[in-house]
Amino acid sequence: MADITINSTDRHPARLHPLGLRIMHWVNALAMIVMIGSGWEIYNDEVIFGWLHFPHWMTIGGGAEGALQWHFAAMWLLMLNGICYLGYGLATGRFRRKLLPVWPGDVIATVRDALRFKLGHDDITHYNAVQKLLYIGIIAVIVVQVLSGFAVWKPVQLSELAALFGSFQGSRLVHFIGMALICGFLVIHVALALLVPKTIGAMITGGPAVGDDAH
Amino acid sequence: MLKTPSPSIFRPAAGIDQSALKEHKALVEDINRRGLLRGAVSLGALTMLTGCNVTHTDAVQSVLRRISQFNDKVQELMFRPNHLAPTFPESMVVKPPRFNAYYDIEDIAPVDVASWKLELAGKIENKKPWSAQEIYALPEEEWIVRHICVEGWDYIGQWSGVNLKQFLQRVGADLTAKYVSFKCADDYYGSIDMATALHPQTILATKYAREPITDPFGFPLRLRTATKLGFKNPKWITAIEVTNEYRGGYWEDRGFNWFSGI
Repeated sequence: MADITINSTDRHPARLHPLGLRIMHWVNALAMIVMIGSGWEIYNDEVIFGWLHFPHWMTIGGGAEGALQWHFAAMWLLMLNGICYLGYGLATGRFRRKLLPVWPGDVIATVRDALRFKLGHDDITHYNAVQKLLYIGIIAVIVVQVLSGFAVWKPVQLSELAALFGSFQGSRLVHFIGMALICGFLVIHVALALLVPKTIGAMITGGPAVGDDAH
Repeated sequence: MLKTPSPSIFRPAAGIDQSALKEHKALVEDINRRGLLRGAVSLGALTMLTGCNVTHTDAVQSVLRRISQFNDKVQELMFRPNHLAPTFPESMVVKPPRFNAYYDIEDIAPVDVASWKLELAGKIENKKPWSAQEIYALPEEEWIVRHICVEGWDYIGQWSGVNLKQFLQRVGADLTAKYVSFKCADDYYGSIDMATALHPQTILATKYAREPITDPFGFPLRLRTATKLGFKNPKWITAIEVTNEYRGGYWEDRGFNWFSGI
């Protein structure tokens, strides 16, 4: 296999981020923003924390009925795209190559380097241990977020699932915490991408060509 | 016991808030001044502009409504006709129940039970109207189930009355029809799918916590189904129609999802 790849005269060499993956990334970004913005408007109708109302200008939908329409439309986009992404990551082995293994020692070393401003950004084809941890974490959070969303939507038809989250308000709380974690990830993810802008370019154009064993 | 009231959707909508557009302009200008956050926030701001101001335009609204209708179909498939909603002990029952309507509790118009009657229409053999006394004489069943409002709040309620399926059988309704539709004394209206109407936990409730339902909660007759959101449970019912025609509902015609199963 390796020989064939190396000797390949393919005019489209394998990129760091294959086209399908880039499309899924940006579809997910769009769906997630719509889910969060409309979710905030839905939340505002019955707040969990008395001190927290999301300002109307940062919500999507204009009112509860519009927000619910957006939420239950973007839900399909997020879910179908997410299933494609998980299927792709597992089937191609990309998850295993890119995200595993994560050693605690590496995580500590990466954090230490980052605090000393010694973290290298020259090679964006390999994730450091903290990146691996964050990406694995956010995938898990989104999966739980979809499940808690189903528990809020269908506490009777899916009562077995809903029972995992305790009461109806328990499901709402888990769904809220999931949203907060996703927002936290989003802030870190976008801030770090802006610090190393070539990573954004790579997610648009595909990034550097990589050998078959590295992509 | 009850939480601090939050802005309720059960009030006439004030229409589109034009101030949102102005605020967005300020936001976008503000973003321009920021270096690091520019890229991060503008994508989000763009989406927000889309959402806030385009929801009510015809093209987008038509797509969203079509997806909502698709979601009706999905929920119909997800519906388990014999799966019971969780039930709860009497000690968890909240008294009185929480009020909800498209107006405030001070504005309710109590129904005069002496002149009240339940009218029947559509695909029903025996359309003789029912008095409250006749309804009270029917066999009663009780369910202690969770009421969930589309707004996000919930409480445990104890409802009793005649099982809707048994009532529909008694009056000779066509149980193969698609919808059961309701009209109410306060001009509220709504409709549910036949599968939900025939669910074991769907009743025409006359009592709450073993006492006659009080005025704010639908006296003398209201629907109580354990498998749908609160607004799908019309109160102060005056007419029931069995039909194959889609009749929508008060909130559904204003953009809320019709099936709204839970």
